[in-house]
Amino acid sequence: MKTYDDIPAELFVPSPMDRGEAEKTGYSNYSYWRSTIRIFLQNRAALFLLFLLGILVLFTVVQPLFPGQRPATQVNFDAKGFPLRNIQPGKEYWFGTNAIGQDLWSRIWHGTRTSLLIGLLVGIVEMGIGIVYGALWGYVRRLERPLTEVFNVLHNIPNTIILILMAYILRPGFSTMVTAMCLTGWHGMARFIRNQIVIIRDREYNLASRCLGTGTGRIIYKNLLPYLVSVVMLQTALSIPSTIGWEVFLTYLGLGLPIDVPSLGNLVNEGRSIMMSPELRYQLIFPTIVLSVITVSFYILGNAFADASDPRNHL
Amino acid sequence: MFIYSLKRLAQSLVTLVIVVTVVFLLMRLLPVEGYFGERFDKLDDSQKEAILDKYGLLDPWYVQLFNFYADLSRGDLGTSIIYRANVPVSKIIKPRIPYSVNFGISATVISLILGLGIGKKMATHKGRAWDRVWTGYIILVSAVPSTVYLLFVQLYGSDLLHLPMLFDKYRIGSWILPLVSLSLGGIAFNAMWMRRYMVDELNRDYLKLGQAKGLPYKKIMRKHVMRNAYVPLAQYLPATLLSTVAGSIYIESIYSIPGMGGLLVDVIGRQDNPMVQALVLIFSSVGIVGLFLGDILMALIDPRIKLNKGETR
Repeated sequence: MKTYDDIPAELFVPSPMDRGEAEKTGYSNYSYWRSTIRIFLQNRAALFLLFLLGILVLFTVVQPLFPGQRPATQVNFDAKGFPLRNIQPGKEYWFGTNAIGQDLWSRIWHGTRTSLLIGLLVGIVEMGIGIVYGALWGYVRRLERPLTEVFNVLHNIPNTIILILMAYILRPGFSTMVTAMCLTGWHGMARFIRNQIVIIRDREYNLASRCLGTGTGRIIYKNLLPYLVSVVMLQTALSIPSTIGWEVFLTYLGLGLPIDVPSLGNLVNEGRSIMMSPELRYQLIFPTIVLSVITVSFYILGNAFADASDPRNHL
Repeated sequence: MFIYSLKRLAQSLVTLVIVVTVVFLLMRLLPVEGYFGERFDKLDDSQKEAILDKYGLLDPWYVQLFNFYADLSRGDLGTSIIYRANVPVSKIIKPRIPYSVNFGISATVISLILGLGIGKKMATHKGRAWDRVWTGYIILVSAVPSTVYLLFVQLYGSDLLHLPMLFDKYRIGSWILPLVSLSLGGIAFNAMWMRRYMVDELNRDYLKLGQAKGLPYKKIMRKHVMRNAYVPLAQYLPATLLSTVAGSIYIESIYSIPGMGGLLVDVIGRQDNPMVQALVLIFSSVGIVGLFLGDILMALIDPRIKLNKGETR
């Protein structure tokens, strides 16, 4: 019987990484981000919304700097010293005034600023927690069981209930709201990331890369990350509309931001309380329009960018 | 299958115990002022002490926790303090359950029938007017917070259609708007799901084989395509049903429906701690039970699934 004992062991040593050789086999001039942007630019509706949203966000930031803007919490009085309550939209007050005489125009932009800030903060924190948790969950096999159990416990409780409970126990305010929403929002992100990593971790091309001696860093950066970008961007973009929605809900329950902080939740709620009188409905409709434009734009943009950044759509 | 069910049941029970314990301990973090009732500023220290003692709030937390579980096992959810003073919570909640259940079930059925029908037609009419209009609807419902668009349903529904704005159990007309509101989200979700499922499925090889064999299109649809849709449907149906029953917190509240969801909003406003605690526990158990039933149902229906390999959902 023939044995193979005399085969030299160095034949089984992985070859060292050679950057030049690695590039030769790759796509000649494929660039991930260039392709993503090219496909994204083909989507006219998304481009328009990006433009619209960009202007809107920019405007909420610079609005207080324009001349003739009133502070959002200032009560306005007429010449005789009476507060200008429930003034209809007009030349002087573009969106009218509310029940105690505050300028609705400045309140809406101030409120949008607050709500977008909450949304952005929550979105980023969720992204951070979700990526770290999901990556550990999908990559480190020893952690799989415990992390699955923790996830199942948290995921089994309705988000509404966690949010209500947190907001009920802590003192209502900006930080409570952000904390409560961060606690509930990352589940989806973590699960998506974990599933993606489990799916592509042992695909043939990754196996091949590993056999050819590619470092873990390069595998993560070149092979795994492009698949995750679309998911991460989509989830982060979608977390902003849902954060605004939760804020409105918590405010309705009386667990939202204090009344003197203008936010979209507070504005919608103020509008709701007087929506029975038709001539005052503008106080509900104006905040709603701004809110809807923002949430719909983020939703559509998130989906469009997810499509564009998915490498499977690049060829 | 049996082993899987047992394991899944154990998992749900562990979750339930953790949730109950955590909720209970969290509620202990609240200031005790909530327990003194409406005239707490007129009480002196010894009276306050007596009240706290009565509710067992002076015991160490583990004694309280043990007593709480002992009460739970007898079906005692605690006693209301402010909402209806000294009435057991279970007695307050009981007459409200039918409202939540009836609305939840009807809304789930409506959104299932309409949503799946719409989604199916969207897939077969892909890219045409029907598809576009309903895609717009789905985007609107998914993106705009329900707390906002439901206000407009209530406002203009009662304005333009002359329907009653608030719920009144003796007027059938007043049932319409809450039902519509409860179904809107479900319709969008079901339609979106169905459309994606159908579009994927219509390109599958088995469909082409069926057509090549000369099977009538309708039969392929009924016997093969729809058959495969049951599995994912079965998994999420109980959870959706139960979350509609429980999750109508906002809708019950804006239409003043005397169900459990509206009650939660009420007692949060009045800071009635035992009531909040009991309702939060009920709602979270409902969620856990829903996911449990979904997994069991799915395992029953789909012969391919053997979940005892430690597979997560």
